[in-house]
Amino acid sequence: MTKVNICGIEFKNPVIAASGTFGFGREFEEYYAIEKLGGISTKGLTLNKRDGNKGIRIYETASGLMNSIGLQNPGVSGFIKDELPFMESKDTVILANLGGSTLDDYLQGIELLNETSVHMIELNISCPNVKEGGMAFGIKCDTASQVVKEAKKISKKPMIVKLSPNAENIKDMAYACVEAGADGLSLINTFNALAIDIYKRKPIFNNITAGLSGPCIKPIALRMVYEVNQVVNVPIIGLGGIMTAEDAIEFIMAGATAIQVGSANFVNPTISIDIIEGIEKFMEKEGVKSLEEIRGIIGRF
Amino acid sequence: MAETYKDGIIYSNTEISPNIYEIILEGDFEGKPGQFYMVRGWNGLDPFLPRPISIADLENGRIKLLYEVRGKGTHIISKLKKGDKLSILGPLGNGFNIKEEGKIALITGGVGIAPMLYLAKNLFAEIDIFSGFRSNAYFLDQIRPYVKNTFIATEDGSTGHKGFVTELFDPSKYDVVYTCGPTPMMEVVMKMCKGKVPVYVSMENRMACGIGACLGCTVETTRGMERVCKEGPVFKGEEVVLHD
Ligand SMILES: Cc1cc2nc3c(=O)[nH]c(=O)nc-3n(C[C@H](O)[C@H](O)[C@H](O)COP(=O)(O)OP(=O)(O)OC[C@H]3O[C@@H](n4cnc5c(N)ncnc54)[C@H](O)[C@@H]3O)c2cc1C
Ligand SMILES: Cc1cc2nc3c(=O)[nH]c(=O)nc-3n(C[C@H](O)[C@H](O)[C@H](O)COP(=O)(O)O)c2cc1C
Ligand code: FES
Repeated sequence: MTKVNICGIEFKNPVIAASGTFGFGREFEEYYAIEKLGGISTKGLTLNKRDGNKGIRIYETASGLMNSIGLQNPGVSGFIKDELPFMESKDTVILANLGGSTLDDYLQGIELLNETSVHMIELNISCPNVKEGGMAFGIKCDTASQVVKEAKKISKKPMIVKLSPNAENIKDMAYACVEAGADGLSLINTFNALAIDIYKRKPIFNNITAGLSGPCIKPIALRMVYEVNQVVNVPIIGLGGIMTAEDAIEFIMAGATAIQVGSANFVNPTISIDIIEGIEKFMEKEGVKSLEEIRGIIGRF
Repeated sequence: MAETYKDGIIYSNTEISPNIYEIILEGDFEGKPGQFYMVRGWNGLDPFLPRPISIADLENGRIKLLYEVRGKGTHIISKLKKGDKLSILGPLGNGFNIKEEGKIALITGGVGIAPMLYLAKNLFAEIDIFSGFRSNAYFLDQIRPYVKNTFIATEDGSTGHKGFVTELFDPSKYDVVYTCGPTPMMEVVMKMCKGKVPVYVSMENRMACGIGACLGCTVETTRGMERVCKEGPVFKGEEVVLHD
């Protein structure tokens, strides 16, 4: 009933764990069988291993949080060697979230991932927490378009591009990425944001700004999914502040084929299961036979 | 399989010193000394994240937590009454190594004393405790039955030595040291012990998930960045990379 198909890949339900909030699944496997999820997006990978940022990395804000993790990860090869075998053993879709600071980083990463069992690549051009990296590609359409075009040329996997809400114009950005060959889009990543320690008279984070996520961004994320759905014809994965099945259904009605659960995992590690069950209950109660029936329904008004 | 958040029914929630509370939860809880629970004392999403709190004691499945009111989260928890619920996830983290023998020193700063009662009860060794406070000393009465000597320092001199607790401590007299408190204090302890006596430090950091997924709580160690909530909170002193 809740099955969805994205770029030819079947998901048993539309709920995917969002990159950076779920590690590689191991920690959550202690709490529930993670193969109940439609899919898992890995912690953001970079070609080489990264230690991530120094100083405070997490800061709570009203109805959300800010983070400056800085893409701490084992590198693509480390992922393939140490984490992928575990993920492969679970029957769920694996999205390899791939970041980079140069075009060449992305291309080398894709070449390595091409030879693995990951189902899809989620091209991360939207991480705000690394210098001269990630998000730099996701602000301007022409740079984004260039990376996507080159990446698509060599990728043997379906490729979805994860958009930044910090893009100059989200509709133009989405359109440019699809023109360049993106098979799908996921949106949104975190908002560039600021917090200040007024007693130390300094920014909280070493990088000054950090990424804002959680329920406080949901209405904006929802609007962006709605707008992007007006201008592209590829599947959209919607995310940003989803805490409940109702939130997830809003995203589907705004045009998303699937959704991702991010910061909510920190509030309760089994929250994705509640969301999956809640979606099923909603469908039964409302007589919805397939999610297709309600997808993008808002756009028709 | 570990359980997700579950409710603990509050048996008591008492202010044992200004701004310092002791909460006892009814239930069938588990955990080792040095482990912690993620705690939510509120419904809804404000505050958004749970708060990490150490196990102060565990007896017949009843859990005791000792906490200082610092901000919004602990303030809300301090207002809860007998019969109210506290939502908790755990036990989390690695906990202290309790197999050490010989003469052991426990060194604490402020509410860093929290995990020491349960630790002292489980160590089979001769223990001295060194505790520093800003002003009033607390919780030591409960720990005294399990230790040989108690040394107290307060910054205002109201109880015991006036000054820092590290001024009372001589590392050459001990075989093992365990410390928990503000990071600057633990750094002094690590420096004093370096090359002389092994020290276990219970590190603190801001946490989001508490289960090892967000990488928000990492500290620099000789093995690279490690998670306080998963590889820690207890690290060996020589593994922690200090910065001046
Ligand atoms: C493994 C671990 C075990 C802990 N055990 C105990 C315990 O047994 N008893 C106890 O009183 N406290 C303990 N703490 C600290 C406790 O988690 C914080 O005091 C608490 O999260 C503050 O929440 P708040 O909402 O009251 O403050 P907030 O409003 O969130 O913040 C107020 C101030 O508290 C400080 N703070 C916030 N989060 C943390 C944090 N995670 N660690 C240190 N300081 C923080 C900051 O300086 C902040 O400005 C522990 C922390 C860790 C990591
Ligand atoms: C701690 C943390 C780490 C994150 N790391 C990544 C990452 O490595 N790659 C990525 O594409 N997005 C990352 N994100 C962004 C999330 O995947 C998601 O896009 C964002 O948090 C919005 O969703 P949410 O409000 O449900 O959390 C991270 C978010 C958080 C909170
Ligand atoms: S708090 Fe999330 S990894 Fe430690």
